[in-house]
Amino acid sequence: LVFTEEDKYGVYSSLLFKYFLAEGVVCGHDLFVASAKEHPDSILKELPAPLLDEQRNELGEEATAVKSEDFQDSMKIAWRYQNLPKMEASPTTSTKFGHYYDLSKTMSPELFQPIKWHSFYLPEELSLQPTVKTRSMNSAYGRLLLSIQRIISQEGFDGSDPQKKQKNILRIGIQSLGSLLWGDDICCSDTPEDIHSLTKFLYVLRGLLRKSLSACVITIPAHLIENKAIMERVTNLSDTVVGLESFIGSERETNPLYKDYHGLVHVRQIPQLNSLICDVSDMKDLAFRLKRKLFTIERLHLPPDLSDTVSRTSKQELAGSAKLLSSGCGAMAIGKKHLDF
Amino acid sequence: QGKFTLLRDTRTDGSFLVHHFLSFYLRAGCKVCFVALLQSFSHYNIIAQKLGVSLTAAKERGQLVFLEGLKSCLDLWFGEQEEQSVQPSPLQFISKSTSDLKALFDFVQVSLTPASSDSWKGPVLLVDDLSVLLSLGATPVAVLDFIHYCRVVVCSQLKGNIVVLVHSNEDSEDEENELVVNSLCHHSDLILWVEGLATGFCKDIHGQIKITRRVSLELTGEQDVVQIYQYKIQDKNVTFFARGLSAAVL
Repeated sequence: LVFTEEDKYGVYSSLLFKYFLAEGVVCGHDLFVASAKEHPDSILKELPAPLLDEQRNELGEEATAVKSEDFQDSMKIAWRYQNLPKMEASPTTSTKFGHYYDLSKTMSPELFQPIKWHSFYLPEELSLQPTVKTRSMNSAYGRLLLSIQRIISQEGFDGSDPQKKQKNILRIGIQSLGSLLWGDDICCSDTPEDIHSLTKFLYVLRGLLRKSLSACVITIPAHLIENKAIMERVTNLSDTVVGLESFIGSERETNPLYKDYHGLVHVRQIPQLNSLICDVSDMKDLAFRLKRKLFTIERLHLPPDLSDTVSRTSKQELAGSAKLLSSGCGAMAIGKKHLDF
Repeated sequence: QGKFTLLRDTRTDGSFLVHHFLSFYLRAGCKVCFVALLQSFSHYNIIAQKLGVSLTAAKERGQLVFLEGLKSCLDLWFGEQEEQSVQPSPLQFISKSTSDLKALFDFVQVSLTPASSDSWKGPVLLVDDLSVLLSLGATPVAVLDFIHYCRVVVCSQLKGNIVVLVHSNEDSEDEENELVVNSLCHHSDLILWVEGLATGFCKDIHGQIKITRRVSLELTGEQDVVQIYQYKIQDKNVTFFARGLSAAVL
């Protein structure tokens, strides 16, 4: 169960959501899309087109060229928490895990034809079946659970149909859970009516996922939820938690330190399934950027300070603005000209 | 005998302790009732096999009573046909409006009360993890009552042990959770507090464990004994070492 905290304007989280669904199409998995905001049909029409191999190699060359420059210039850069001797900006392009997508084009319908997909669009469901009894949970969540469970048992994802030879995976995507459109008021009041609806929903969903061959990505507008206790509980109930913080409209947008990036990625929790240890990667501070065709997530690194003749005043401005940023970014001011103080 | 151990984790995952206690008690020949709320049976089974214990075998010979919370909840939620089933679900508080955990307690009591044919050594109740009960709608008072009843039956009457895992955070905004955790801390005989390192992430040291033996509860005028170690988790094992003596430093 992967849950993504949405960024303020929902721009980038919907991108990740579409990536997840597009990957499902390319791998031949079944899809289940639920939303209260946009009709799933329109979401599915906007999936990015997968990049074919030749195009990918071209991009790969671009990336490696950039990488070697980085190696020569920046060997030691002090940043938020620790010094690192060597850096790789993006994970090596030689590993072929998953596919890359071209954001400037939408997926062609032929690719989409063989895929079996199911959708849940809340306003439609409400009009089709005006009253459904769901006990002790927000009715929209209850309906969604019933719908997911029905699909799982009908299509045999939970192994209940032994005749079905070919096993497939169901990718479930739920957009903007917890927002007002789902009938839950945790986003607008400090003391919501039913504080346990969302957590109960997640628990039952977790049970469904564990019992069947499915994976689920949920996006939640975490910045709107006032009661932080709920967010903590939701985090405990999920396997993987990723937060996206975009720089749009915040003071970080104009900060020269962040000029190459569009936002930060916070990996708050990683799954620890079936083993005592978890695979904690080395990269802890990640940022994302939207290039013309690609959405990439890279390790946050400062652009090398190439100009030797930077005047004192601008250095101080930089230091001043770095101090304004919250939590320990002060190290960056020391950073680039590392012999400077 | 008759001890209540509290496992507490902050900023990190303390479930390796749960796996340890599970295999430890099973190997010692105790009858274990495991209330597993967060993960599926196969997850625990796979890890227990790495530690040398088979949960399926233990279940078959009756040594282990396993309540798989996720599965039980699904049966409760989607099993509308069985309203009048023989055994009411232990997790029925989720769907009913009563917020007490009596059904869960009854389940524990029934599983751990020794039958005449049992030859196991003392009963053990293991809970992973208590904070989930709050997420599912139980009030903090109900959770504390449940633990209290369990203590009376398991620790005093049956002379068994209880091990419970809770999550907590120092600057947590989840007041209900903090209430439960603080209250349990006062009543525990042994507290194992697992924390992520305050200085941030480190590859060689996964965290720090603080062991508090609550000797002060025995009213002999002694203070609690506190020991602090750091640990690193490996695939089949956890190594503990004194602070500052990790392999990375030496």
